[in-house]
Amino acid sequence: MAQVGTERVKRGMAQMQKNGVIMDVINAEQAKLAEAAGAVAVMALERVPSDIRAAGGVARMADPTIVEQVMKAVSIPVMAKCRIGHIVEARILESMGVDYIDESEVLTPADDKFHVNKREYRVPFVCGARNLGEALRRISEGAAMLRTKGEPGTGNIVEAVKHIRLVQGQIRKVAAMSEDELVNEAKELGAPLELLLEVHRSGQLPVVNFAAGGVATPADAALMMELGADGVFVGSGIFKSANPEKFARAVVEATMNFQDYDLLVRLSKDLGEPMKGIELSTLKDNERMAERGW
Amino acid sequence: MSVRIGVLNVQGAVSEHVEHVRLAGAEPVLVKHPDDLQGLSGMVLPGGESTTIGKLMRKYGLLDPVRELAQKGLPVFGTCAGMILLASRIEGHDEPHLGVMDVTVNRNSFGRQRDSFEADVAVSGLSDDQPFPSVFIRAPHIVEAGPDVEVLATYDGKIVAARQGGLLATAFHPELTPDTRLHRKFVELAEAYQMATARH
Repeated sequence: MAQVGTERVKRGMAQMQKNGVIMDVINAEQAKLAEAAGAVAVMALERVPSDIRAAGGVARMADPTIVEQVMKAVSIPVMAKCRIGHIVEARILESMGVDYIDESEVLTPADDKFHVNKREYRVPFVCGARNLGEALRRISEGAAMLRTKGEPGTGNIVEAVKHIRLVQGQIRKVAAMSEDELVNEAKELGAPLELLLEVHRSGQLPVVNFAAGGVATPADAALMMELGADGVFVGSGIFKSANPEKFARAVVEATMNFQDYDLLVRLSKDLGEPMKGIELSTLKDNERMAERGW
Repeated sequence: MSVRIGVLNVQGAVSEHVEHVRLAGAEPVLVKHPDDLQGLSGMVLPGGESTTIGKLMRKYGLLDPVRELAQKGLPVFGTCAGMILLASRIEGHDEPHLGVMDVTVNRNSFGRQRDSFEADVAVSGLSDDQPFPSVFIRAPHIVEAGPDVEVLATYDGKIVAARQGGLLATAFHPELTPDTRLHRKFVELAEAYQMATARH
């Protein structure tokens, strides 16, 4: 008999997105532009992360009207964000039929201890992570896809580089360990031993991992792929740039051809001004979104 | 010597197909540019986003050469998005992609992601009669198949696997399960093609 919402079906959906770009959009028009540029999915939001920063206050799930307009506008998958630990926002998004829920640190957390028990949902979840322990905790809660966090809405790639390098380095370390070292490593990382054993044996994460949080140029997207990401989320970068259409197409091509440097030269030309960006040292600790999630 | 089978390396479940091609006893070759098509005896079009893949195949100049090869008899195996790429007609769209298989497909026939499912499906023409563990992810189906198309499987009254000569298409994802029977069947088609072309 048909089984819905299985681990294979949820993780498989993310596998179909590999080598692709997922773009933040705030209305039907932007969603259509993203689809035409070759995005593999769109993230329907009320505000992109840089505007969430500017607006301040509590950031919550988007108005369902916006999400529905985006779902009607495109045939590619539509994702939407709920607050960390907000079981009901997640149920609302599932009920609307969004294809993927992002339990996201970009929004203000609803729970300061617990994330959503994602195994109980039919719809797959993507979650952010800064290191292997955080990544494996999210998978054990049922996340079917991960994204390294970076620092959203900054247009500054430095945190994204830090997080993907850390995760990849920790995977290499775990793969090289002897099995009798893994129990202690699980304790150190705060990660379930069974998942750590899986990483040890396969040398990779059990789910697809995209990079996010600070991609502002085609070269930034290619850098994330070079460092081992399976694909890229671009948030504020696209629609805060001077020429969103051209920029979106360039990021898609750069992601799929990240080692074709002649092509990257062409893709980087005449894009106009990218988003302005924020130097990380000017952010206060409580303005760092990546610190949210536990 | 094992046959060389190309795996379209644009976007989607590429590494999964590479692994299955290898397990089925053939040599996988990543295909991104027209030059990569040299010396292939078969080609796999993986699952992913068909709109994205179709767009980039055009951009990289892959669409015309792959179509010509398929028309000359090169076996091509399309899964999910790959099936949409093969189809001559796509419901709701004016223009097909490769358009080499005489079928009409409907995209996202089984609903959104929350309706995606796994099921055991009887597929004819495999090495044994065991049902095939099939993963359907926002899957398409074949609405209508021409006279030369052999229907290999249906699910819920919908055609979900078919063959036309060397062209093999499934609405589901055999690359997401450990079962390699469909890939082995495809490798047999590729071996037959290699034998036939070697004679000329």
